[in-house]
Amino acid sequence: MLLSPSGDVALQQRNILLTSTALMLIIILPVLVLTCVFAWHYRAANTQAKYDPKFHHSTGLEVVIWSMPLLIIIMLGAITWLTTHLLDPYRPIGRTSAAKPITEGRASGREEMVKPITVQVVALDWKWLFFYPEQGIATVNELAAPVDVPIVFKITSQAVMNSFFIPTLAGQIYAMPGMQTTLHAVINKPGIYDGLSAHYSGAGFSKMTFKFHGLDPAQFDAWVAKVKAEGEPLDRARYLKLEDPSEGEPVRYFSSTEPGLYDAILNMCTRPGKMCMSEMMMTDRRGGGGKDSREAVERLRYDSLRRDEGKEAPGATVPGSGQPAKAESHGGADAARPSRADPHAGHGGAPPGGGQGPAPTQLTR
Amino acid sequence: MANAMQARADGPTFYVREEEHGHNATMLGFWIYLMSDCLIFAVLFATYGVLGRNYAAGPSGVDLFDLKLVALNTSMLLLSSITYGFAMLEMARDRMRATLGWLAVTGLFGVAFVGLELYEFSHLIHEGATPQRSAFLSSFFALVGTHGLHVSFGILWLVTLMVQVGRRGLVEANRRRLMCLSLFWHFLDVVWIGVFTFVYLMGVIR
Amino acid sequence: MFQNLDLAKLLFGRLTLQAIPYHEPILIATFAVVALGGLTVLGAMTYFRLWGPFWRDWVTTVDHKRIGIMYCVLGLVMLLRGFADALMMRSQQAVAFGDNAGWLPPHHYDQIFTAHGVIMIFFVAMPLVTGLMNFAVPLQIGARDVAFPFLNNFSFWMTAAGAVLLMASLFIGEFARTGWLAYPPLSGADYSPGVGVDYFIWSLQIAGVGTTLSGINLVATIVKMRAPGLTMMKLPVFTWTSLCTNVLIVASFPVLTAVLCLLALDRYVGTNFFTNDLGGNPMMYFNLIWIWGHPEVYILILPAFGIFSEIVSTFSGKRLFGYASMVYATVVITILSYLVWLHHFFTMGSGATVNSFFGITTMIISIPTGAKIFNWLFTMYRGRIRFELPMMWTIAFMITFVIGGMTGVLLAVPPADFILHNSLFLVAHFHNVIIGGVLFGMFAGINFWFPKAFGFRLDPFWGKMSFWFWVSGFYVAFMPLYLLGLMGVTRRANRFDDPSLQIWFVIAAFGALLILIGILSTIVQFVVSVRRREALADTTGDPWHGRTLEWSTASPPPAYNFAFTPVIHDHDAWSDMKTRGYERPMEGFRPIHMPRNTGVGAILSGLSVALGFALVWYIWWLAAASFVAILAVAIWHTFNYDREYYVPVDEVARQEAERTRLLAAA
Repeated sequence: MLLSPSGDVALQQRNILLTSTALMLIIILPVLVLTCVFAWHYRAANTQAKYDPKFHHSTGLEVVIWSMPLLIIIMLGAITWLTTHLLDPYRPIGRTSAAKPITEGRASGREEMVKPITVQVVALDWKWLFFYPEQGIATVNELAAPVDVPIVFKITSQAVMNSFFIPTLAGQIYAMPGMQTTLHAVINKPGIYDGLSAHYSGAGFSKMTFKFHGLDPAQFDAWVAKVKAEGEPLDRARYLKLEDPSEGEPVRYFSSTEPGLYDAILNMCTRPGKMCMSEMMMTDRRGGGGKDSREAVERLRYDSLRRDEGKEAPGATVPGSGQPAKAESHGGADAARPSRADPHAGHGGAPPGGGQGPAPTQLTR
Repeated sequence: MANAMQARADGPTFYVREEEHGHNATMLGFWIYLMSDCLIFAVLFATYGVLGRNYAAGPSGVDLFDLKLVALNTSMLLLSSITYGFAMLEMARDRMRATLGWLAVTGLFGVAFVGLELYEFSHLIHEGATPQRSAFLSSFFALVGTHGLHVSFGILWLVTLMVQVGRRGLVEANRRRLMCLSLFWHFLDVVWIGVFTFVYLMGVIR
Repeated sequence: MFQNLDLAKLLFGRLTLQAIPYHEPILIATFAVVALGGLTVLGAMTYFRLWGPFWRDWVTTVDHKRIGIMYCVLGLVMLLRGFADALMMRSQQAVAFGDNAGWLPPHHYDQIFTAHGVIMIFFVAMPLVTGLMNFAVPLQIGARDVAFPFLNNFSFWMTAAGAVLLMASLFIGEFARTGWLAYPPLSGADYSPGVGVDYFIWSLQIAGVGTTLSGINLVATIVKMRAPGLTMMKLPVFTWTSLCTNVLIVASFPVLTAVLCLLALDRYVGTNFFTNDLGGNPMMYFNLIWIWGHPEVYILILPAFGIFSEIVSTFSGKRLFGYASMVYATVVITILSYLVWLHHFFTMGSGATVNSFFGITTMIISIPTGAKIFNWLFTMYRGRIRFELPMMWTIAFMITFVIGGMTGVLLAVPPADFILHNSLFLVAHFHNVIIGGVLFGMFAGINFWFPKAFGFRLDPFWGKMSFWFWVSGFYVAFMPLYLLGLMGVTRRANRFDDPSLQIWFVIAAFGALLILIGILSTIVQFVVSVRRREALADTTGDPWHGRTLEWSTASPPPAYNFAFTPVIHDHDAWSDMKTRGYERPMEGFRPIHMPRNTGVGAILSGLSVALGFALVWYIWWLAAASFVAILAVAIWHTFNYDREYYVPVDEVARQEAERTRLLAAA
């Protein structure tokens, strides 16, 4: 429920929502009332009402009707400018709750600065992978954080765009492949909350939900210990298997993570031999790789690779595969449809560059 | 307007008996069309602006562009604009044959331009600098190719108009069409100046 | 199936029998209904020998009034399809909780919400808006037709061609499963390899050609074809808003065309504009598509504002309050609409300064919009308000739109948007402005101008039924969505976990049912009105005591609109003529120069459907053939220099005498 959030950032955002609404009601309510009153009072049947067909201009009135909205918008604009900067998701939070500002440095003599916890978030098709670099663990579809501790989310996506959103904690921010966004937040009340993707990302989107646990510091430590005890290590091979599209993935724990895995995901180079985006961008800044850079193409192919490996694209249906266009989802009862094996049914199963017939160039890339 | 003002003086007139002519909106309409076309180029320029340095560890403009060829190409297009101007001058003098002659020259320059551009493209593709190679090349081919496509359509239109002028002479409808094509042709010239500067010159400087 | 698969591929591209969803009961039933309905219509047309008149009077017509009517018919027919999608979504969301997966699998559901958005914007709202502009603007400015009558016919048929291609996706293959704006990388070749996105691209490209050309046409018409004395500051407000809308169309649709071309290149050629690979940038697509997309919102709403302005002043029996400020407000909105696009994706992380800039520009738009509302309000003030159907829709609009405007400004505050973005609150907001603004406006306009177009009014009883069910249905359907949005429920989900939400979805589905009754009432209204056309007849040409020039001609107007070109002295021209003793000229007619009908537009449009279909299914021979054919027909058309004719004096005199007879009878 956005109107009674449990995180301070969401709380401030809600307050802005309420303030703005109140400000606008100053003008909206009179309009609503006047519309009804005028419509009723000046109805044709009411011959008592004054009829003045010449009344079509009044400078005074015009000034009022332009300046009233203007005043409201000036106020609202000021609020917008301030709060947008204050609540910029990239900006470290200035307080963990209304009563507890975070002091800048220790010189101010107040209690020691709270050390924030970092979570690296990866949107996969269709599940969430969370890395805890400081704890060395990772989880799928379950997120936990200690209460009253600032959380720094580093967010990216592996395939398509998603939006990382825990309504009770803070506003959402897009998760985009090859890019990293940041969100600062804090949870104030312990509890189990809903998290979701708020940006449509394909067939499994509706099940791309997870639980967010706000825990006491002690409970959080216990949770970390539990993940370490129950989980298996997350290396690249295991990650690449996890990467395959799947829906309604259960919660999974990883007791340790291969170093640099998150960075490799962010830079789209989790597979062996791939060139990381950071390296590519470095080369580009130096003016590109020159004409003899054909091997770089192989090292840079990423999305198109999956298709060439014969893995069906998450959205493949009729012409691309045997999947009927409007029927059950993947892996359902239809999986055994005979047409699926027919390589000529379309281009999904065809080998890359197999240019028989007027095949689209799309294939050969 | 004057008509109406007069009417007000000696009792209102609410309609005109004489039909007004000269309401032809073709030039305005075509001009608006050109501006909308200009927006398509604006998008392509913007795309090139955003993606123009994303070489994907591949070749850049410095590696690829042959300024001499582009200069030759540019001169073809600029000359074609001049000769189109000559054609319009001849049209103003009501000299159909001379108009057709200059139009033919314009068309030949246009064909030379498109030919050179196709040669450049095939050369690039041969070198592995395909539109698929990098976002830079995608946006390069889209921008330059769209311009080339426009010129090709212009040539087709030019030939059509030459046939029509040849058949019917410099009648008013044909004059209007020649004016429209003139606008179109010079417009493509202006766009090319942008392409030349923004893509080729600045691409080589980088 | 086929002996030689390569030959089949050559002939049919990637089109195979599998693409026909014959295993889907829902679609089979739909197809049966559509086919039966279609056959009935075709049969009836053959039986009553209507093919000739249909071809001569409608398909080939260049008359702006008939084209306007055809646009409206297209919009209303597509409304049925778009609304069927809405019903399916509401019913799915009302049942799909917890383990209940609902009755629509994701593959189907995702196509439905995509198609719903695309259809409602491009093939319902746009045709209705364009149709009313086409019908009314030339009449309001005292012109005989638009500036380019053939182009007008061609534009309509291109829009229709886009609709046909989109409808084909229902029975042949599938539609996009990407959301109505087909954001990459999801809509790219790597994640959506099927034909859905290709249908999306080509139907919009074909319809977009029509829209852009019609925009150019109407701008040129308004600038060049005004009657003598009709200066810009005397233009009827609807014409003003139409001018601004068409300027917006001309200045924004090319962006859509370009960006969809780039997406098509990514999908067909393998370029890297919006891919994750090799330097592509999907964020650029977001920016470009919304640079078109936000002006599009105002393309839709501005004509509605114009219609309300005409209606408020007509039915209050008063000149519009603050005409000049109304015009300036319209122009300001037009300009500002280009400076706000980023508010559609504050959550992309552009940084606080950029976000607050776009947030504040968005809010600034509410100032002229607010001024407009007040202008309508003070037009009613000291008026004599007649509550005919158009006025009822206007009042409903004013109340509904104000609420939608408020929630819109809320969404423009970036920190608030962070929690409301992509939620059902957002869905409720834009339905609030598009239904409450655009659609109510279109219904108001249709009820307002129907007598002008056909010579009889629409039945008020069924009109009121339609009105009350639409309005109440709207509130019941969308207020719960505001609430759900505030509970953090996101859009486009086909199932939910939390059973406590279900009640709200059930209420919303009930609202959709009310709207269904509203739509059915509208249909009944048309049928009843046609049957009672004698009783509802309008013989005066001025059934509402109108104020602008279109009410000075007969209902329906003759093909040439005005026997003599009117001269305008005041911005409520017809009102002015009535008060100052205008006398209709009865003699001295002259032959009238008019454009000739032509079938070229329809032929080009048919070829475009073939081209689009061929591109969707990779049927390259057909694509090449239809493309060459389009060029050939277009060039062939330019060889026709005989495009105009004169309406003889006798014919003009005959039609005017008929009008005199009707006026005398009234």
